[in-house]
Amino acid sequence: MGGSFVEVEDLHFSYQPERPLFAGFCWQVAQGEAWAIIGPSGCGKTTLLYLLAGLLKPHRGEVRVKGVTLQRPRPETALILQDFGLLPWNTVRENVALGLRIRAFYGPDGLHAPRSPLPQDPEGLVEHWLDRLGLLEVADRYPSQISGGQRQRTAIGRALVLGPDLLLMDEPFSSLDAPTREALEELTLKLQSEQGLTTITVTHSIEEAAFLGRKILCLGHPPHIEPLILEGSPPDRYHPQYHEVCLRLRRILEEVGRLG
Amino acid sequence: MREREVLLSALVLTVLWYLLSALIDRPILPFPHTVFWVFVREMPGELGKHFVHSLLRVLMSISLGIVTAGPLGIVLGQSQRLNRLLSPFLYLLYPIPKVVLVPVAILFFGLGELPKVLIIYLIIFFQILVLVRDQAEKLRPELILSVRSLGAGRRALFRFVYLPATLPSIFTAIRQSTGTAIAVLYLAELFATRYGLGYYIYLTGSTLFDYPAMYAGILSMSLLGLGLYFGIDRLERRLCPWVFVEVPS
Repeated sequence: MGGSFVEVEDLHFSYQPERPLFAGFCWQVAQGEAWAIIGPSGCGKTTLLYLLAGLLKPHRGEVRVKGVTLQRPRPETALILQDFGLLPWNTVRENVALGLRIRAFYGPDGLHAPRSPLPQDPEGLVEHWLDRLGLLEVADRYPSQISGGQRQRTAIGRALVLGPDLLLMDEPFSSLDAPTREALEELTLKLQSEQGLTTITVTHSIEEAAFLGRKILCLGHPPHIEPLILEGSPPDRYHPQYHEVCLRLRRILEEVGRLG
Repeated sequence: MREREVLLSALVLTVLWYLLSALIDRPILPFPHTVFWVFVREMPGELGKHFVHSLLRVLMSISLGIVTAGPLGIVLGQSQRLNRLLSPFLYLLYPIPKVVLVPVAILFFGLGELPKVLIIYLIIFFQILVLVRDQAEKLRPELILSVRSLGAGRRALFRFVYLPATLPSIFTAIRQSTGTAIAVLYLAELFATRYGLGYYIYLTGSTLFDYPAMYAGILSMSLLGLGLYFGIDRLERRLCPWVFVEVPS
């Protein structure tokens, strides 16, 4: 498909009028790309993600996905948050099935769920993803009873079971220990290429940005007008280019820190 | 195990009752077995009718409380503006002992079912409202956002988030207010009614001087409270299993 998959055009957004976060911001993402968004806390990177998810509305300008201007969350976009995203009163299996249950609740109305018919075998689909993500043995437990890594895998399963084309992640692995985090980052990349997903990951970690982002959007202090884009490296922590990207990111962030 | 402990304490209390009535040795405190036989004899007849009336009043008040205070609590918990507007009223009204409103309710609504149900309803209403509101307020915005990103609108959020999130607090509220509700029920049933355990206890004790029957009435009222308490417990275990899971430390 030619053209951009995600288009942000002349975006204006602020929580307080005197402190604009985005002032005429433009940015494009092509289909199948893996992006990372990095920046200091309070720079508006999570806000940008919520705008892309259709959970917030631009004050001016627009966000288009596949050429359609967002008015509300789009059924084919999946969002994974750092924490608190799983329903504590549902088991792992029920959490993975949540999106499908919501779709069955509304039916294929084209608003809350895609107009295409619901999957033939939702239970089978859920089991497939539980198996794929190694969650079968904890499927009947509640989120409070499993490890942080298992919780984030549940969140991934809940997103991917809906067959999305765009995956948005907000600090998805930052509360996890290093080995778990790296394993999940690798899993994410594998699933991304397998499912042909376009991914956008918000992170404050330089290593994560360099590993998950083939392109990296660096946000400094608001208001944001021009995007600062860095070409990433291959997803290989031992690749010399990877270290170079990390170094350049560090310099950019240090520069931003001095200005703040 | 819990059940065995409860049975054991019931046994100990019965023994104490025996000792006490042997000690007092007057008709105003009959032996447990005398009361028990009156209870067994009267339950299928007159006492049973009074029991059912009281039970229905409580159940009606609880049901009304759930369907009105539950949704209102969720709305208040989610809308800061509305909560700010209404919470001062709640602050003033919540601590009023609703039992003092019994005469007022009778003046306004006469002697039928309505004033009795209304007073118990008010007790339960405020308890549910406050607990559900606090629970709905505590819901993390991230949780709501992540479920909205799955396509959930208002109705699905209610069904998949607000309802299960606040269900345990409804149970807690009912459990907390059952004791007061039954105490107030007794009082409300003293006022010109022909059926209800409060009336039965008062009639048999103060007019008929049939003390074993009076104690059978008291026993029924206790069992009503106990039954409600256990019923709520059972229901919560069934409907909210996640509250009872063991969390690894």
